[in-house]
Amino acid sequence: MRIHRFHGGMRLDLRKQAALARPIRPCPLPPQLAIPLAARADMAARAVVAPGRRVRRGEVIGRIEGAHGTTVHASTSGTVLAVEARPLADADARAGPCVVIEPDGADDEQRLPPIEDWRDAPRAALLERLRETGIVGLGGGAFPSAAKLAGAQPTLIVNGAECEPYVACDEALLRERAEEVVAGAALLAHVLGAARTFIAVEEAMPQALAALESALHAAPFEGAALAAVPTRYPEGGERQLIQALTGREVPSGGLPQDLGIVCHNVATAAAAWRAVARGEALTARIVTVTGAGVVEPGNFEVRLGTPLAWLVEQAGGYTARAARLLAGGPMTGVALPHDDVPASAATHCVLVLAEHDLRDAAPELPCIRCAECARVCPARLQPLQLLADLRADDTAEARAHALADCIECGLCAYACPSHIPLVDWFRRGKAELRAQAAARANADAARERYRAREARLAREREERLQRSAARRAELAAAQAPTPPISKDAVLAAIARGRARKRVPPPGGESGGDA
Amino acid sequence: MFAALLTLVLVGAAFALALRCAERRLRAARAPVTADAIDALLPQTQCGQCGYGGCRPYAEALARGEADLNRCPPGGMAGVRALANLLGRAPKPIDPACGREKPPAVALIDEDVCIGCTKCIQACPVDAIVGASRLMHTVVGDLCTGCELCVPACPVDCIAMAPVEGRTPPPRPGAAARTQVAAS
Ligand code: SF4
Ligand code: SF4
Ligand code: SF4
Repeated sequence: MRIHRFHGGMRLDLRKQAALARPIRPCPLPPQLAIPLAARADMAARAVVAPGRRVRRGEVIGRIEGAHGTTVHASTSGTVLAVEARPLADADARAGPCVVIEPDGADDEQRLPPIEDWRDAPRAALLERLRETGIVGLGGGAFPSAAKLAGAQPTLIVNGAECEPYVACDEALLRERAEEVVAGAALLAHVLGAARTFIAVEEAMPQALAALESALHAAPFEGAALAAVPTRYPEGGERQLIQALTGREVPSGGLPQDLGIVCHNVATAAAAWRAVARGEALTARIVTVTGAGVVEPGNFEVRLGTPLAWLVEQAGGYTARAARLLAGGPMTGVALPHDDVPASAATHCVLVLAEHDLRDAAPELPCIRCAECARVCPARLQPLQLLADLRADDTAEARAHALADCIECGLCAYACPSHIPLVDWFRRGKAELRAQAAARANADAARERYRAREARLAREREERLQRSAARRAELAAAQAPTPPISKDAVLAAIARGRARKRVPPPGGESGGDA
Repeated sequence: MFAALLTLVLVGAAFALALRCAERRLRAARAPVTADAIDALLPQTQCGQCGYGGCRPYAEALARGEADLNRCPPGGMAGVRALANLLGRAPKPIDPACGREKPPAVALIDEDVCIGCTKCIQACPVDAIVGASRLMHTVVGDLCTGCELCVPACPVDCIAMAPVEGRTPPPRPGAAARTQVAAS
């Protein structure tokens, strides 16, 4: 099979051995779990349990609303202590809604009935199963998997290429549970109706490749192929992997679906298979805990909602050199101000770097327009131009220069000889673009309400006018038949009045009659 | 010498003429910008700071070429640039006579002080206030555009503008933003 090249990219020092030296270890239950209701900031989620309620592992505790909705499950049995906003493993540890559970230690699990014969099950039933077990992308995006599988597509790519230094959770999974990944790939291919399935790993993962080969040999399925792609960051990026495997580029602003391709992470495939064949909800994931700042790096099977502080403790705690805590890898991860944040479905790596790993000491210098950033950019952008646009606060120009296509891989900042934090600018710029789109939607809604109000006021004015016109007409009608009053009639009326005044009313105490 | 000068002058004149014709033609080719297209760029705050009583009337005045494009403070410089782009005019700073660009805010009614007079409901251009006569009123934060029209309308001064969290952009990356990259 021919592997194509994508633009830019770099070979980085992988540093995965430390985490892969030991097998996957189960992370013991912490004294308290705070399960994030939405792993992505752009999803609105709501809790469906109240404090005090006893839950079992796998029970639904929250729902993510909308067309791409899914469910969130209790990751162990215990008592719900609170439903509240807690800092998340996100940029600046932004707070988000969490369900706080105190485990009872029994870890009593509730499962859905297994769908053993999924090969004969209708697509809709399998999609529904993925939705009601809360399966989301475990590659870091946490996008609901059912939504990604909704339309039939001819090609499925199961992505096992990590490429980012340090992150080794997928490789550990492939080494130890390749058969689950292969079964998951077969399941996802069946749901999609895909004729071709690529299971892609890096060339630098020979053990994982061997495990996959024997698993695929034991359980072959139609159209499946293994592919080893060169280890060149960001080969594991969805768009880059698609280009490497098919030679086709996802259009700017488009989706892989536009090419008839759907990409799923290997861990997602395994979780989907467990959801269908065993009825298990998504309650745990494999997390790499590594870096020179932890004593015993390794891969852990972690219940969602486990505090990172607890997780690092299981890895032997921090070393004296620990200088920075990151959620995610060194290129795309975010620095966290503290470790009191829970692991979510999007947390694939907890990285603790030592001071000598950091590059910040170098001061930022002006851009010398060397275009090194453009040379390495896998999205074929001109980061120097985007930087100029954003520094001038010109988001419209940045949008025109395809800022939205930036995959935030961090290579531009890494390559920049002037130490400019380019990717920080782009993350902020992309957030700004999203905020502008939201503001636009708000403005459109405000315009509608304004119009509706104007129409209502106009209608009310019209009605008032009509009412007063009607009243005038009524008055006019009431007066019309009265004939013009003659002078004699007036005099007669006055005379009548005088006569009545002279006779006091019966029982009247009117003293006005002087 | 004279012949050379004459040739140059003639050539220059010919080019000048050609340029002028071209400019006329190209300018005529530019389609007039509709008020709808302009209104789509305005923030729909409906505050009237532009002096036209609302976004739509300002858009119409701009479309007629009667108004300057720097009269909308809520739209900010980003808005001015967008308008300049659409209208093919040069951007310029917001007219200070119209107001200043401010961080986004929504109205907040002090519900203990509110007397339920309904004056703010009548002032709100986008129906963002709910309440009934002589009952406490409240602003629906998501619907409020921050136009500030309800603030002077309140007879007991119980409406204040509160900045919206999350709608203000994060600080610009600089020395403080530290990108962490493993040395390879
Ligand atoms: S790599 Fe840095 S210095 Fe070079 S052009 Fe890009 S931003 Fe400028
Ligand atoms: S972070 Fe964005 S701009 Fe920079 S190299 Fe990666 S894709 Fe290109
Ligand atoms: S609530 Fe007040 S500030 Fe908000 S839109 Fe209505 S009138 Fe304007």
